[in-house]
Amino acid sequence: MKKLFLAVIVFIFATAFAIQQPATGLKAAIARGKTVYENTCLACHQPDGSGVPNMNPPLVKTKWVLGDKKALAKIVLKGLQGGEIDIDGDKFHNPMPPLESVLSDQEIADVLTYVRNSFGNKASLVTVAEVKALRAKLK
Amino acid sequence: MKNILLLACTVIAVTAFGNDTTRLNPSSKRQALKEEAPAITLPSGFNSTVVTTGLGKARHLTVAANGDVFVKLERLKDGKGIIRLHDTNNDGKADEISGFGNYTGTGIIIKNGYLYASSDKEVFRYKINEKDGKVDTASEQKIVTGLVAANQHQTKSLALDNDGNIYVNIGAPSNCCQVQDRLKGSPGQDPCPILEKAGGIWQFKADKTNQSYAEGVRYATGIRNVMGLDWNNQVNELYAMQHGRDMLFQFWPEMFTQKEGAENPAEELFKITKGADCGWPYCYYDNDKQQKLNCPEYGGDRKKDDRCADKTKSIMQFPGHLAPNALLFYTGNNFPPKYRNGAFIAFHGSWNRAPEPQAGFFVVFVPFKDGMPAGKWEVFADGFSGFKAGASTGKAQYRPCGLAQGPDGALYISDDNKGMIWKVTYTAN
Ligand code: HEC
Repeated sequence: MKKLFLAVIVFIFATAFAIQQPATGLKAAIARGKTVYENTCLACHQPDGSGVPNMNPPLVKTKWVLGDKKALAKIVLKGLQGGEIDIDGDKFHNPMPPLESVLSDQEIADVLTYVRNSFGNKASLVTVAEVKALRAKLK
Repeated sequence: MKNILLLACTVIAVTAFGNDTTRLNPSSKRQALKEEAPAITLPSGFNSTVVTTGLGKARHLTVAANGDVFVKLERLKDGKGIIRLHDTNNDGKADEISGFGNYTGTGIIIKNGYLYASSDKEVFRYKINEKDGKVDTASEQKIVTGLVAANQHQTKSLALDNDGNIYVNIGAPSNCCQVQDRLKGSPGQDPCPILEKAGGIWQFKADKTNQSYAEGVRYATGIRNVMGLDWNNQVNELYAMQHGRDMLFQFWPEMFTQKEGAENPAEELFKITKGADCGWPYCYYDNDKQQKLNCPEYGGDRKKDDRCADKTKSIMQFPGHLAPNALLFYTGNNFPPKYRNGAFIAFHGSWNRAPEPQAGFFVVFVPFKDGMPAGKWEVFADGFSGFKAGASTGKAQYRPCGLAQGPDGALYISDDNKGMIWKVTYTAN
Protein backbone atom coordinates (compact mmCIF):
# COMPACT_ATOMS: atom_id res chain seq x y z
CA MET A 1 0.00 0.00 0.00
CA LYS A 2 2.75 2.35 1.06
CA LYS A 3 4.66 1.39 -2.06
CA LEU A 4 1.69 2.06 -4.26
CA PHE A 5 1.20 5.43 -2.62
CA LEU A 6 4.82 6.31 -3.25
CA ALA A 7 4.54 5.18 -6.85
CA VAL A 8 1.47 7.35 -7.35
CA ILE A 9 3.22 10.32 -5.86
CA VAL A 10 6.27 9.76 -8.02
CA PHE A 11 3.99 9.39 -11.03
CA ILE A 12 2.17 12.63 -10.28
CA PHE A 13 5.44 14.50 -9.81
CA ALA A 14 6.94 13.01 -12.91
CA THR A 15 3.91 13.93 -15.01
CA ALA A 16 3.78 17.42 -13.62
CA PHE A 17 7.48 17.82 -14.28
CA ALA A 18 7.20 16.38 -17.77
CA ILE A 19 4.43 18.78 -18.66
CA GLN A 20 6.33 21.66 -17.14
CA GLN A 21 9.61 20.55 -18.71
CA PRO A 22 9.53 22.65 -21.91
CA ALA A 23 8.76 25.85 -20.02
CA THR A 24 11.27 25.40 -17.22
CA GLY A 25 13.74 23.97 -19.72
CA LEU A 26 13.47 27.10 -21.83
CA LYS A 27 13.66 29.38 -18.84
CA ALA A 28 16.67 27.58 -17.43
CA ALA A 29 18.41 27.59 -20.81
CA ILE A 30 17.79 31.32 -21.17
CA ALA A 31 19.18 31.96 -17.68
CA ARG A 32 22.31 29.90 -18.42
CA GLY A 33 22.61 31.48 -21.86
CA LYS A 34 22.51 34.98 -20.39
CA THR A 35 25.70 34.23 -18.44
CA VAL A 36 27.42 32.90 -21.56
CA TYR A 37 26.29 36.00 -23.47
CA GLU A 38 27.67 38.35 -20.84
CA ASN A 39 31.03 36.59 -20.75
CA THR A 40 31.52 35.96 -24.45
CA CYS A 41 29.29 38.07 -26.71
CA LEU A 42 28.31 41.24 -24.85
CA ALA A 43 31.50 43.21 -25.50
CA CYS A 44 30.87 43.16 -29.25
CA HIS A 45 27.11 42.81 -29.59
CA GLN A 46 26.40 45.09 -26.56
CA PRO A 47 24.15 44.61 -23.51
CA ASP A 48 20.93 45.22 -25.48
CA GLY A 49 22.04 43.30 -28.58
CA SER A 50 22.05 46.49 -30.62
CA GLY A 51 25.62 45.97 -31.85
CA VAL A 52 27.98 48.77 -32.90
CA PRO A 53 27.46 50.65 -36.19
CA ASN A 54 30.01 49.62 -38.84
CA MET A 55 31.76 47.29 -36.38
CA ASN A 56 29.52 44.55 -34.92
CA PRO A 57 26.02 43.73 -36.21
CA PRO A 58 22.89 43.88 -34.07
CA LEU A 59 21.25 40.66 -32.87
CA VAL A 60 17.77 42.15 -33.01
CA LYS A 61 15.40 40.29 -35.35
CA THR A 62 18.07 39.59 -37.95
CA LYS A 63 17.57 36.76 -40.40
CA TRP A 64 20.54 34.92 -38.85
CA VAL A 65 19.22 35.10 -35.29
CA LEU A 66 15.64 34.15 -36.20
CA GLY A 67 16.43 31.92 -39.16
CA ASP A 68 17.99 28.49 -39.81
CA LYS A 69 19.45 27.22 -36.54
CA LYS A 70 22.27 25.35 -38.28
CA ALA A 71 23.49 28.47 -40.05
CA LEU A 72 23.25 30.34 -36.76
CA ALA A 73 25.19 27.76 -34.75
CA LYS A 74 27.79 27.58 -37.51
CA ILE A 75 28.49 31.32 -37.09
CA VAL A 76 29.27 30.76 -33.41
CA LEU A 77 31.36 27.62 -34.03
CA LYS A 78 33.37 28.85 -37.01
CA GLY A 79 33.19 32.65 -36.75
CA LEU A 80 33.17 35.17 -39.60
CA GLN A 81 35.93 37.13 -41.33
CA GLY A 82 34.30 40.54 -41.08
CA GLY A 83 32.40 42.05 -44.01
CA GLU A 84 30.38 38.86 -44.53
CA ILE A 85 27.13 40.08 -43.00
CA ASP A 86 25.05 42.66 -44.85
CA ILE A 87 22.12 44.34 -43.13
CA ASP A 88 20.37 46.81 -45.47
CA GLY A 89 23.69 47.60 -47.16
CA ASP A 90 25.56 48.06 -43.89
CA LYS A 91 28.70 45.96 -43.43
CA PHE A 92 30.58 45.23 -40.23
CA HIS A 93 34.34 45.51 -40.02
CA ASN A 94 35.27 43.41 -37.01
CA PRO A 95 35.77 39.67 -37.37
CA MET A 96 33.68 37.35 -35.23
CA PRO A 97 36.06 34.83 -33.61
CA PRO A 98 35.39 31.09 -34.02
CA LEU A 99 34.22 29.93 -30.61
CA GLU A 100 34.30 26.13 -31.12
CA SER A 101 37.37 25.78 -28.90
CA VAL A 102 35.96 28.04 -26.19
CA LEU A 103 32.30 27.07 -25.79
CA SER A 104 30.74 23.62 -25.16
CA ASP A 105 27.70 22.35 -27.09
CA GLN A 106 25.63 23.11 -24.01
CA GLU A 107 26.90 26.70 -23.81
CA ILE A 108 26.29 27.33 -27.51
CA ALA A 109 22.77 25.89 -27.30
CA ASP A 110 22.07 28.02 -24.23
CA VAL A 111 23.48 31.28 -25.58
CA LEU A 112 21.63 30.93 -28.87
CA THR A 113 18.41 30.09 -27.03
CA TYR A 114 18.99 33.23 -24.95
CA VAL A 115 19.66 35.42 -28.01
CA ARG A 116 16.63 34.01 -29.85
CA ASN A 117 14.45 34.96 -26.87
CA SER A 118 15.92 38.34 -25.91
CA PHE A 119 16.24 41.84 -27.40
CA GLY A 120 12.71 41.56 -28.80
CA ASN A 121 13.41 38.21 -30.52
CA LYS A 122 11.07 35.24 -30.17
CA ALA A 123 12.08 31.88 -31.63
CA SER A 124 12.40 28.22 -30.71
CA LEU A 125 15.16 26.97 -28.47
CA VAL A 126 18.38 25.47 -29.79
CA THR A 127 19.15 22.02 -28.35
CA VAL A 128 22.47 20.54 -27.33
CA ALA A 129 21.84 17.68 -29.78
CA GLU A 130 21.49 20.14 -32.68
CA VAL A 131 24.78 21.83 -31.85
CA LYS A 132 26.51 18.51 -31.26
CA ALA A 133 25.39 17.13 -34.63
CA LEU A 134 26.49 20.28 -36.43
CA ARG A 135 29.87 20.34 -34.71
CA ALA A 136 30.47 16.72 -35.77
CA LYS A 137 29.40 17.50 -39.34
CA LEU A 138 31.69 20.54 -39.61
CA LYS A 139 34.72 18.66 -38.28
CA MET B 1 6.45 71.56 -72.89
CA LYS B 2 7.39 70.25 -69.46
CA ASN B 3 9.94 67.99 -71.09
CA ILE B 4 11.56 70.87 -72.93
CA LEU B 5 11.75 72.83 -69.71
CA LEU B 6 13.38 69.86 -67.99
CA LEU B 7 15.81 69.46 -70.86
CA ALA B 8 16.68 73.15 -70.72
CA CYS B 9 17.27 72.92 -67.00
CA THR B 10 19.50 69.90 -67.45
CA VAL B 11 21.50 71.66 -70.14
CA ILE B 12 21.95 74.68 -67.92
CA ALA B 13 22.99 72.53 -64.99
CA VAL B 14 25.46 70.56 -67.07
CA THR B 15 26.88 73.71 -68.62
CA ALA B 16 27.19 75.40 -65.27
CA PHE B 17 29.19 72.52 -63.82
CA GLY B 18 30.97 71.39 -67.00
CA ASN B 19 33.82 69.07 -66.09
CA ASP B 20 33.14 69.92 -62.50
CA THR B 21 31.28 68.24 -59.70
CA THR B 22 27.75 66.98 -60.47
CA ARG B 23 24.75 68.58 -58.78
CA LEU B 24 22.99 66.14 -56.46
CA ASN B 25 19.31 65.36 -56.54
CA PRO B 26 17.61 68.36 -54.90
CA SER B 27 15.31 66.01 -52.96
CA SER B 28 18.27 65.13 -50.77
CA LYS B 29 18.46 68.78 -49.75
CA ARG B 30 14.80 68.97 -48.84
CA GLN B 31 15.14 65.83 -46.78
CA ALA B 32 18.18 67.31 -45.15
CA LEU B 33 16.33 70.40 -44.02
CA LYS B 34 13.72 68.31 -42.25
CA GLU B 35 16.25 67.05 -39.76
CA GLU B 36 16.42 69.05 -36.55
CA ALA B 37 19.73 70.57 -35.63
CA PRO B 38 20.82 69.35 -32.20
CA ALA B 39 22.21 71.87 -29.79
CA ILE B 40 25.84 70.85 -29.43
CA THR B 41 27.43 72.49 -26.44
CA LEU B 42 30.44 74.80 -26.88
CA PRO B 43 32.49 77.09 -24.62
CA SER B 44 30.96 80.55 -24.21
CA GLY B 45 31.39 82.86 -27.18
CA PHE B 46 31.28 79.98 -29.70
CA ASN B 47 28.34 79.29 -32.00
CA SER B 48 27.50 76.42 -34.30
CA THR B 49 25.59 76.38 -37.58
CA VAL B 50 24.44 73.23 -39.34
CA VAL B 51 26.02 73.42 -42.80
CA THR B 52 24.02 70.46 -44.05
CA THR B 53 22.85 67.03 -42.99
CA GLY B 54 21.70 63.75 -44.49
CA LEU B 55 25.02 62.93 -46.16
CA GLY B 56 25.12 59.54 -44.40
CA LYS B 57 28.57 58.22 -43.54
CA ALA B 58 30.41 61.56 -43.71
CA ARG B 59 33.99 60.79 -42.71
CA HIS B 60 36.82 63.33 -43.07
CA LEU B 61 36.38 66.76 -44.64
CA THR B 62 38.48 69.64 -45.93
CA VAL B 63 37.76 73.26 -46.86
CA ALA B 64 39.01 75.10 -49.97
CA ALA B 65 40.27 78.71 -49.84
CA ASN B 66 36.89 79.94 -51.19
CA GLY B 67 35.05 78.24 -48.32
CA ASP B 68 33.65 75.24 -50.24
CA VAL B 69 33.60 72.17 -48.01
CA PHE B 70 34.55 68.75 -49.42
CA VAL B 71 33.37 65.65 -47.54
CA LYS B 72 34.53 62.05 -48.09
CA LEU B 73 31.80 59.46 -47.71
CA GLU B 74 32.07 55.84 -46.61
CA ARG B 75 28.81 55.07 -48.37
CA LEU B 76 27.95 56.61 -51.76
CA LYS B 77 25.27 59.28 -51.85
CA ASP B 78 23.43 59.47 -55.16
CA GLY B 79 26.38 57.51 -56.58
CA LYS B 80 28.98 60.02 -55.35
CA GLY B 81 31.77 59.44 -52.83
CA ILE B 82 33.01 63.04 -52.49
CA ILE B 83 30.53 65.80 -51.73
CA ARG B 84 31.09 69.51 -52.34
CA LEU B 85 29.12 71.97 -50.22
CA HIS B 86 28.87 75.51 -51.53
CA ASP B 87 27.40 78.40 -49.53
CA THR B 88 26.18 81.06 -51.99
CA ASN B 89 24.86 83.67 -49.53
CA ASN B 90 27.44 83.38 -46.76
CA ASP B 91 25.05 82.28 -44.01
CA GLY B 92 27.13 79.19 -43.18
CA LYS B 93 24.59 76.80 -44.71
CA ALA B 94 25.24 74.87 -47.90
CA ASP B 95 22.97 76.01 -50.75
CA GLU B 96 24.49 73.94 -53.55
CA ILE B 97 25.38 70.32 -53.02
CA SER B 98 27.30 68.50 -55.73
CA GLY B 99 29.54 65.48 -55.91
CA PHE B 100 32.04 63.36 -57.82
CA GLY B 101 34.14 60.22 -57.39
CA ASN B 102 32.41 56.83 -57.37
CA TYR B 103 34.41 55.21 -54.57
CA THR B 104 33.92 55.19 -50.81
CA GLY B 105 36.60 56.03 -48.25
CA THR B 106 37.68 58.32 -45.44
CA GLY B 107 40.69 60.56 -46.18
CA ILE B 108 40.42 63.95 -47.91
CA ILE B 109 42.74 66.97 -47.93
CA ILE B 110 43.62 69.96 -50.13
CA LYS B 111 47.18 71.18 -50.68
CA ASN B 112 48.93 73.23 -53.38
CA GLY B 113 46.11 73.19 -55.91
CA TYR B 114 45.22 69.52 -55.53
CA LEU B 115 42.46 67.71 -53.69
CA TYR B 116 43.60 64.31 -52.39
CA ALA B 117 41.08 61.63 -51.43
CA SER B 118 41.45 58.01 -50.37
CA SER B 119 39.54 54.81 -50.87
CA ASP B 120 40.49 52.04 -48.46
CA LYS B 121 43.21 50.79 -50.85
CA GLU B 122 44.18 53.83 -52.90
CA VAL B 123 44.87 57.55 -52.91
CA PHE B 124 43.65 59.78 -55.77
CA ARG B 125 44.16 63.44 -56.54
CA TYR B 126 42.37 66.08 -58.62
CA LYS B 127 43.20 69.60 -59.72
CA ILE B 128 41.17 72.13 -57.79
CA ASN B 129 40.80 75.84 -58.34
CA GLU B 130 40.64 77.07 -54.78
CA LYS B 131 39.38 80.50 -55.85
CA ASP B 132 36.01 79.11 -56.95
CA GLY B 133 36.13 75.59 -55.51
CA LYS B 134 35.91 73.98 -58.96
CA VAL B 135 37.37 70.52 -59.25
CA ASP B 136 38.64 69.25 -62.58
CA THR B 137 37.22 65.76 -62.17
CA ALA B 138 38.82 64.63 -65.43
CA SER B 139 42.27 65.31 -63.97
CA GLU B 140 42.00 62.31 -61.61
CA GLN B 141 45.32 60.61 -60.94
CA LYS B 142 45.88 57.50 -58.86
CA ILE B 143 48.79 58.39 -56.59
CA VAL B 144 48.92 55.29 -54.41
CA THR B 145 47.50 51.81 -55.00
CA GLY B 146 47.42 48.26 -53.58
CA LEU B 147 47.44 49.09 -49.86
CA VAL B 148 46.39 46.51 -47.28
CA ALA B 149 42.70 46.88 -46.50
CA ALA B 150 41.21 43.91 -44.73
CA ASN B 151 37.93 44.43 -42.98
CA GLN B 152 39.30 45.93 -39.81
CA HIS B 153 41.02 49.34 -39.48
CA GLN B 154 40.79 49.62 -43.24
CA THR B 155 40.37 53.37 -43.62
CA LYS B 156 43.19 55.57 -44.91
CA SER B 157 43.77 59.01 -43.42
CA LEU B 158 45.91 61.56 -45.24
CA ALA B 159 48.38 64.30 -44.32
CA LEU B 160 50.84 66.32 -46.43
CA ASP B 161 54.13 67.95 -45.45
CA ASN B 162 55.77 70.97 -47.10
CA ASP B 163 58.33 68.93 -49.05
CA GLY B 164 56.03 67.18 -51.50
CA ASN B 165 55.26 64.08 -49.44
CA ILE B 166 51.93 62.53 -48.53
CA TYR B 167 51.47 60.38 -45.41
CA VAL B 168 48.99 57.52 -45.33
CA ASN B 169 48.12 55.42 -42.29
CA ILE B 170 47.73 51.71 -42.93
CA GLY B 171 45.83 50.23 -40.00
CA ALA B 172 46.59 46.73 -38.78
CA PRO B 173 43.72 44.37 -39.64
CA SER B 174 43.93 42.97 -36.13
CA ASN B 175 43.33 43.81 -32.49
CA CYS B 176 46.67 42.73 -31.01
CA CYS B 177 48.22 40.37 -33.58
CA GLN B 178 46.94 37.15 -31.98
CA VAL B 179 47.20 33.96 -34.03
CA GLN B 180 43.38 33.96 -34.08
CA ASP B 181 42.25 37.57 -33.93
CA ARG B 182 39.96 38.48 -31.03
CA LEU B 183 39.79 34.94 -29.63
CA LYS B 184 40.34 34.67 -25.89
CA GLY B 185 43.44 32.61 -25.14
CA SER B 186 44.96 32.82 -28.62
CA PRO B 187 48.66 33.78 -28.29
CA GLY B 188 50.28 36.90 -29.75
CA GLN B 189 52.38 36.31 -32.88
CA ASP B 190 56.01 37.18 -32.16
CA PRO B 191 57.32 38.85 -34.20
CA CYS B 192 54.08 40.21 -35.58
CA PRO B 193 54.07 39.65 -39.38
CA ILE B 194 51.36 42.27 -39.93
CA LEU B 195 53.86 45.09 -39.33
CA GLU B 196 55.50 44.51 -42.69
CA LYS B 197 52.62 46.03 -44.65
CA ALA B 198 50.33 47.58 -42.04
CA GLY B 199 50.24 48.88 -38.48
CA GLY B 200 52.12 52.03 -39.40
CA ILE B 201 52.31 55.20 -41.45
CA TRP B 202 53.74 55.20 -44.94
CA GLN B 203 55.22 58.12 -46.86
CA PHE B 204 54.74 58.56 -50.61
CA LYS B 205 55.45 61.31 -53.14
CA ALA B 206 52.44 63.58 -53.47
CA ASP B 207 52.88 63.94 -57.26
CA LYS B 208 53.82 60.45 -58.53
CA THR B 209 51.26 58.03 -59.85
CA ASN B 210 50.75 54.34 -59.05
CA GLN B 211 53.05 54.10 -56.06
CA SER B 212 52.72 51.13 -53.72
CA TYR B 213 54.84 49.55 -50.97
CA ALA B 214 57.95 49.32 -53.19
CA GLU B 215 57.91 53.06 -53.92
CA GLY B 216 56.84 54.16 -50.43
CA VAL B 217 58.70 54.44 -47.14
CA ARG B 218 57.48 52.92 -43.89
CA TYR B 219 57.78 56.20 -42.03
CA ALA B 220 56.66 54.85 -38.65
CA THR B 221 55.61 51.44 -37.32
CA GLY B 222 54.01 49.82 -34.27
CA ILE B 223 50.81 51.85 -34.59
CA ARG B 224 47.65 49.77 -34.42
CA ASN B 225 45.30 52.11 -36.23
CA VAL B 226 45.25 55.84 -36.84
CA MET B 227 42.44 58.00 -38.09
CA GLY B 228 43.52 61.34 -36.60
CA LEU B 229 46.60 62.30 -38.62
CA ASP B 230 47.85 65.86 -39.15
CA TRP B 231 50.98 67.70 -40.18
CA ASN B 232 51.89 70.44 -37.69
CA ASN B 233 53.18 73.33 -39.82
CA GLN B 234 54.50 75.24 -36.83
CA VAL B 235 57.14 72.63 -36.00
CA ASN B 236 57.05 70.77 -39.33
CA GLU B 237 56.31 67.34 -37.84
CA LEU B 238 53.69 64.61 -38.19
CA TYR B 239 51.28 63.82 -35.34
CA ALA B 240 48.92 60.89 -34.98
CA MET B 241 46.24 59.63 -32.60
CA GLN B 242 46.30 55.86 -32.12
CA HIS B 243 43.19 53.79 -31.50
CA GLY B 244 44.32 51.54 -28.63
CA ARG B 245 43.62 47.82 -28.46
CA ASP B 246 40.38 46.26 -27.22
CA MET B 247 39.36 43.42 -24.90
CA LEU B 248 41.74 43.73 -21.93
CA PHE B 249 39.01 42.86 -19.41
CA GLN B 250 37.34 40.25 -21.62
CA PHE B 251 40.61 38.39 -22.33
CA TRP B 252 42.46 39.04 -19.06
CA PRO B 253 39.92 39.33 -16.22
CA GLU B 254 42.58 38.12 -13.76
CA MET B 255 44.57 41.31 -14.52
CA PHE B 256 41.90 43.90 -15.32
CA THR B 257 38.62 44.58 -13.54
CA GLN B 258 35.64 45.48 -15.70
CA LYS B 259 36.25 49.15 -14.90
CA GLU B 260 39.99 48.94 -15.59
CA GLY B 261 39.20 47.26 -18.91
CA ALA B 262 36.97 50.22 -19.80
CA GLU B 263 39.66 52.79 -18.90
CA ASN B 264 42.57 50.91 -20.53
CA PRO B 265 44.60 51.13 -22.61
CA ALA B 266 45.10 54.85 -23.24
CA GLU B 267 44.21 56.36 -26.59
CA GLU B 268 47.61 57.91 -27.35
CA LEU B 269 48.79 61.05 -29.14
CA PHE B 270 52.17 60.61 -30.81
CA LYS B 271 54.60 63.04 -32.33
CA ILE B 272 55.88 60.89 -35.16
CA THR B 273 59.43 61.30 -36.37
CA LYS B 274 60.84 59.16 -39.16
CA GLY B 275 61.61 55.65 -37.95
CA ALA B 276 59.39 55.83 -34.89
CA ASP B 277 58.16 52.53 -33.41
CA CYS B 278 55.19 53.14 -31.12
CA GLY B 279 55.06 49.59 -29.75
CA TRP B 280 51.97 47.85 -31.10
CA PRO B 281 51.23 44.96 -30.65
CA TYR B 282 53.81 44.29 -27.94
CA CYS B 283 53.03 47.28 -25.73
CA TYR B 284 50.08 49.26 -24.46
CA TYR B 285 49.86 52.38 -22.28
CA ASP B 286 48.39 51.57 -18.87
CA ASN B 287 46.33 54.53 -17.64
CA ASP B 288 46.41 53.32 -14.02
CA LYS B 289 50.17 52.73 -13.88
CA GLN B 290 50.85 55.68 -16.25
CA GLN B 291 53.40 53.60 -18.10
CA LYS B 292 53.93 51.79 -21.37
CA LEU B 293 53.85 48.09 -20.46
CA ASN B 294 54.04 44.70 -22.18
CA CYS B 295 50.68 43.50 -23.48
CA PRO B 296 49.46 40.37 -21.67
CA GLU B 297 49.69 38.49 -25.01
CA TYR B 298 53.43 39.27 -24.92
CA GLY B 299 54.20 38.25 -21.36
CA GLY B 300 52.72 41.33 -19.70
CA ASP B 301 51.53 41.28 -16.10
CA ARG B 302 50.87 45.04 -15.66
CA LYS B 303 54.44 45.42 -14.38
CA LYS B 304 56.82 44.12 -17.05
CA ASP B 305 57.97 46.67 -19.62
CA ASP B 306 61.04 45.03 -21.17
CA ARG B 307 59.44 45.05 -24.63
CA CYS B 308 58.68 48.75 -24.42
CA ALA B 309 61.80 50.51 -23.18
CA ASP B 310 62.97 51.43 -26.69
CA LYS B 311 59.55 52.40 -28.05
CA THR B 312 58.39 55.92 -28.91
CA LYS B 313 56.46 57.43 -26.00
CA SER B 314 53.18 59.20 -26.53
CA ILE B 315 52.98 62.90 -25.69
CA MET B 316 49.46 62.73 -24.28
CA GLN B 317 47.11 59.96 -23.13
CA PHE B 318 43.32 59.80 -23.03
CA PRO B 319 40.84 57.40 -21.38
CA GLY B 320 40.36 54.04 -23.09
CA HIS B 321 38.27 53.27 -26.18
CA LEU B 322 37.11 56.84 -26.92
CA ALA B 323 38.07 56.31 -30.60
CA PRO B 324 39.98 59.38 -31.85
CA ASN B 325 38.78 59.74 -35.44
CA ALA B 326 40.30 63.13 -36.34
CA LEU B 327 43.18 65.40 -35.34
CA LEU B 328 43.55 69.03 -36.38
CA PHE B 329 46.12 71.66 -35.45
CA TYR B 330 44.30 74.98 -35.38
CA THR B 331 46.11 77.82 -37.12
CA GLY B 332 43.22 80.24 -37.68
CA ASN B 333 42.59 83.70 -36.27
CA ASN B 334 38.87 83.45 -35.55
CA PHE B 335 39.25 81.62 -32.20
CA PRO B 336 40.86 83.25 -29.14
CA PRO B 337 44.69 83.15 -28.95
CA LYS B 338 44.86 80.12 -26.62
CA TYR B 339 43.59 77.92 -29.46
CA ARG B 340 46.32 78.88 -31.91
CA ASN B 341 48.57 75.93 -32.80
CA GLY B 342 46.68 73.75 -30.33
CA ALA B 343 45.08 70.44 -31.29
CA PHE B 344 41.43 69.55 -31.71
CA ILE B 345 40.60 65.84 -31.52
CA ALA B 346 37.23 64.34 -32.54
CA PHE B 347 36.36 61.27 -30.47
CA HIS B 348 33.91 59.01 -32.25
CA GLY B 349 32.77 57.34 -29.00
CA SER B 350 33.48 53.95 -27.44
CA TRP B 351 32.01 50.46 -27.66
CA ASN B 352 34.51 48.30 -25.75
CA ARG B 353 33.54 49.95 -22.44
CA ALA B 354 30.33 47.89 -22.14
CA PRO B 355 28.88 46.96 -19.72
CA GLU B 356 30.43 50.10 -18.19
CA PRO B 357 28.83 53.26 -19.64
CA GLN B 358 30.09 54.31 -23.09
CA ALA B 359 32.12 57.53 -23.39
CA GLY B 360 33.56 59.92 -25.94
CA PHE B 361 31.26 61.33 -28.64
CA PHE B 362 32.89 64.76 -28.23
CA VAL B 363 35.57 67.07 -29.62
CA VAL B 364 38.38 67.97 -27.23
CA PHE B 365 41.01 70.68 -27.29
CA VAL B 366 44.65 70.31 -26.22
CA PRO B 367 46.69 73.51 -25.76
CA PHE B 368 50.15 73.31 -27.38
CA LYS B 369 53.39 75.22 -27.17
CA ASP B 370 56.21 74.58 -29.64
CA GLY B 371 54.72 71.30 -30.76
CA MET B 372 54.20 69.85 -27.28
CA PRO B 373 51.06 69.77 -25.10
CA ALA B 374 51.04 72.75 -22.75
CA GLY B 375 48.16 71.89 -20.45
CA LYS B 376 45.35 69.41 -19.77
CA TRP B 377 42.88 68.42 -22.47
CA GLU B 378 39.38 69.86 -22.20
CA VAL B 379 36.05 69.05 -23.81
CA PHE B 380 35.35 71.63 -26.53
CA ALA B 381 32.19 70.42 -28.28
CA ASP B 382 29.80 67.93 -26.69
CA GLY B 383 26.21 66.72 -26.81
CA PHE B 384 26.52 64.82 -30.11
CA SER B 385 25.26 61.48 -28.78
CA GLY B 386 22.14 62.86 -27.13
CA PHE B 387 22.65 60.14 -24.49
CA LYS B 388 20.96 59.77 -21.23
CA ALA B 389 23.27 57.67 -19.04
CA GLY B 390 23.89 54.07 -20.01
CA ALA B 391 22.86 54.07 -23.68
CA SER B 392 24.45 51.77 -26.27
CA THR B 393 26.82 53.11 -28.93
CA GLY B 394 24.31 52.34 -31.65
CA LYS B 395 21.80 54.70 -30.05
CA ALA B 396 24.08 57.74 -30.41
CA GLN B 397 22.38 60.40 -32.49
CA TYR B 398 25.57 61.84 -33.99
CA ARG B 399 29.21 60.71 -33.85
CA PRO B 400 32.04 63.20 -34.46
CA CYS B 401 34.35 61.83 -37.17
CA GLY B 402 36.13 64.59 -39.09
CA LEU B 403 37.59 68.06 -38.45
CA ALA B 404 38.63 70.83 -40.80
CA GLN B 405 39.50 74.51 -40.64
CA GLY B 406 37.91 77.08 -42.93
CA PRO B 407 39.72 80.03 -44.51
CA ASP B 408 37.93 82.32 -42.03
CA GLY B 409 39.24 80.27 -39.08
CA ALA B 410 35.96 78.43 -38.49
CA LEU B 411 36.12 74.81 -37.31
CA TYR B 412 34.07 72.24 -39.24
CA ILE B 413 32.93 68.97 -37.64
CA SER B 414 31.43 66.01 -39.50
CA ASP B 415 29.22 63.22 -38.15
CA ASP B 416 29.24 59.81 -39.86
CA ASN B 417 26.00 58.58 -38.37
CA LYS B 418 23.54 60.80 -40.23
CA GLY B 419 26.00 62.92 -42.14
CA MET B 420 25.59 66.23 -40.37
CA ILE B 421 28.21 68.95 -40.83
CA TRP B 422 28.63 71.77 -38.29
CA LYS B 423 30.49 75.03 -38.68
CA VAL B 424 31.78 76.46 -35.37
CA THR B 425 32.76 80.13 -35.11
CA TYR B 426 33.72 82.48 -32.31
CA THR B 427 32.17 85.88 -31.72
CA ALA B 428 33.86 88.10 -29.18
CA ASN B 429 31.82 89.04 -26.06
C1 HEC C 1 34.94 40.20 -31.30
C2 HEC C 1 33.58 40.60 -31.43
C3 HEC C 1 32.48 39.54 -31.41
C4 HEC C 1 32.20 38.61 -30.44
C5 HEC C 1 32.95 38.35 -29.14
C6 HEC C 1 31.01 37.92 -30.90
N1 HEC C 1 30.62 38.40 -32.12
FE1 HEC C 1 29.02 37.80 -33.20
N2 HEC C 1 29.63 38.94 -34.75
C7 HEC C 1 30.67 39.84 -34.71
C8 HEC C 1 30.85 40.44 -36.00
C9 HEC C 1 31.86 41.49 -36.36
C10 HEC C 1 29.90 39.84 -36.85
C11 HEC C 1 29.76 40.10 -38.36
C12 HEC C 1 30.98 39.56 -39.09
C13 HEC C 1 30.92 39.70 -40.59
O1 HEC C 1 30.11 40.45 -41.12
O2 HEC C 1 31.73 39.04 -41.26
C14 HEC C 1 29.12 38.94 -36.02
C15 HEC C 1 28.02 38.20 -36.47
C16 HEC C 1 27.17 37.51 -35.63
C17 HEC C 1 25.89 36.94 -36.01
C18 HEC C 1 25.24 37.02 -37.38
C19 HEC C 1 24.78 38.40 -37.77
C20 HEC C 1 23.64 38.96 -36.93
O3 HEC C 1 23.80 40.10 -36.49
O4 HEC C 1 22.60 38.31 -36.75
C21 HEC C 1 25.37 36.36 -34.89
C22 HEC C 1 24.05 35.64 -34.78
C23 HEC C 1 26.34 36.51 -33.83
N3 HEC C 1 27.41 37.23 -34.30
C24 HEC C 1 26.18 36.01 -32.55
C25 HEC C 1 27.19 36.05 -31.58
C26 HEC C 1 27.11 35.33 -30.32
C27 HEC C 1 25.93 34.53 -29.85
C28 HEC C 1 28.30 35.56 -29.68
C29 HEC C 1 28.77 35.01 -28.36
C30 HEC C 1 28.72 33.57 -28.23
C31 HEC C 1 29.10 36.44 -30.52
N4 HEC C 1 28.39 36.68 -31.65
C32 HEC C 1 30.36 36.92 -30.19
C33 HEC C 1 31.44 40.13 -33.61
C34 HEC C 1 31.49 39.39 -32.45
